[in-house]
Amino acid sequence: MGNGEGNNNEGRNQEEMSKEGGQDAGSPLESVMSAKADGAEGPAVESAEAKVDEPVLVRAAYEHPLPIRLTHWVNAMSLFVMVASGLRIFRAFPSFGPKIPEKVLLDIPKSLTLGGWLGGALQWHFTFMWFFAASGILYLAYQVGSGHYRTVLFTPRDIAGVWPMARHYFFFGPKPPASGQYNPLQKLAYTSTIGFGVLSLLTGIVLYKPAQFSWLAFLFGGFHLTRIWHFAAMCGFLSFIPGHLIMVALHGWSNFVSMLSGWKREPEYQE
Amino acid sequence: MITRLEDKDLKRQSRRQLLKLAPVAALGIFAIPKVSDRLVEAGVHFSDWAAGVLFRTQHRAQTFADSEVVPFEKFPYNGYDVLDPEVDLENWTLTVEGDVQRPGEYKLSQIQALPKLMQNTRHVCVEGWDVIGAFGGTPISNFLTLVGANTGARFLEVECADDYYESIDMASALHPQSLLCYEMYGEPLDRKHGAPLRLQMPTKLGYKQAKYLETIRVTSVLKPGKTGYWEDQGYSWFGGL
Repeated sequence: MGNGEGNNNEGRNQEEMSKEGGQDAGSPLESVMSAKADGAEGPAVESAEAKVDEPVLVRAAYEHPLPIRLTHWVNAMSLFVMVASGLRIFRAFPSFGPKIPEKVLLDIPKSLTLGGWLGGALQWHFTFMWFFAASGILYLAYQVGSGHYRTVLFTPRDIAGVWPMARHYFFFGPKPPASGQYNPLQKLAYTSTIGFGVLSLLTGIVLYKPAQFSWLAFLFGGFHLTRIWHFAAMCGFLSFIPGHLIMVALHGWSNFVSMLSGWKREPEYQE
Repeated sequence: MITRLEDKDLKRQSRRQLLKLAPVAALGIFAIPKVSDRLVEAGVHFSDWAAGVLFRTQHRAQTFADSEVVPFEKFPYNGYDVLDPEVDLENWTLTVEGDVQRPGEYKLSQIQALPKLMQNTRHVCVEGWDVIGAFGGTPISNFLTLVGANTGARFLEVECADDYYESIDMASALHPQSLLCYEMYGEPLDRKHGAPLRLQMPTKLGYKQAKYLETIRVTSVLKPGKTGYWEDQGYSWFGGL
């Protein structure tokens, strides 16, 4: 990973040099200095600044507008509560289908659950379902309304890029060049989570009010199947979250901070 | 879109954007147990309110063919305490109180004389399981007409021989599939299923469908902390499906 970052820094500096060639032209020493400055922040920047007598500009991108950050964190918290309380609810009838024969399919440890008992877990579930739904709807409305969805929506054009990216992450393959804010694998992952969110919300509505929303229950293949879809949507989230967290950890502080402040310092991509 | 800006400007921008996110931290109060207890209770109240608004008064829950009904032996007995409170079936009467023109004691025969409805419907437990059963009785609305109930009142309260108690919203009580049920599978209700009379409402969860009925009260005011056996411990009061 560290190696990859290093390569990127070099590439970025070359790019900068060629773009700002007018200012730096004919000074190989300076370009070496600025390359150093880029790698190790701090005093080196100051000295480069002093020498050029012009402020050093930082490349940055306002990646995550406020609605995205807001809904991301509200959703993250609600998802945590929904999964933990949902597992507690599942413990009350740890099976699918009719009551009899009742089989315990999965024994979920109490320590992984929230709410203390079925009634408590339902209270958490019925409270945070509103935050979960609101954040999801606000997110989708913003993405569609602003056109910002184009940066993240997985489309057929991205299919070809998935495997090279997966090979890079999982099998130490070469790193494909960054083409935009998100690489094809990221787009696939993020778009899938939206799918899981929509699925969990719609199936949740059916489980909550199967008689009022009988048409929706019918679309999901009935009450029993809906319960399985609801569980499957959670499994989808649970398969996404660890990878997401590992990637955030690997990509460092500036990447993490961008989901808080919106601004990403020195993004990998050009444009 | 990449922009180039001075380090201090980037820092200032970042800080400003970060502050805009501060309200999200308010959700952190859910981490304080004493506060969260009240908040999630409020959350359930809000959900109940929404459920009441969304309730379609004439929309019928799905009904099933006789072939889809589980055999009687497989319909689970469920009680919170005793399964047979030893009701004296011979001398049983239903006490009717509250906002009604004709309060008093009603015999089972009077209830059975009302138009009868038989329905195969899904009984859904709050735990997540469900069974399809065959039920027979008279729509609650018929009985409310008989006793001259003010259907403009908000609630129906019931008390049971096993000290269970429940209350339901008037709209659900008046739903065409909401029964005062005295039969299952074409036979008189057996003792463990709530003989001689129980509520049976396919638009409500199981815990709303009180068994061994003794008293029905029409009212617009519920006593706080006395809205239903499980509800008082935290279950959703509306408990609708």
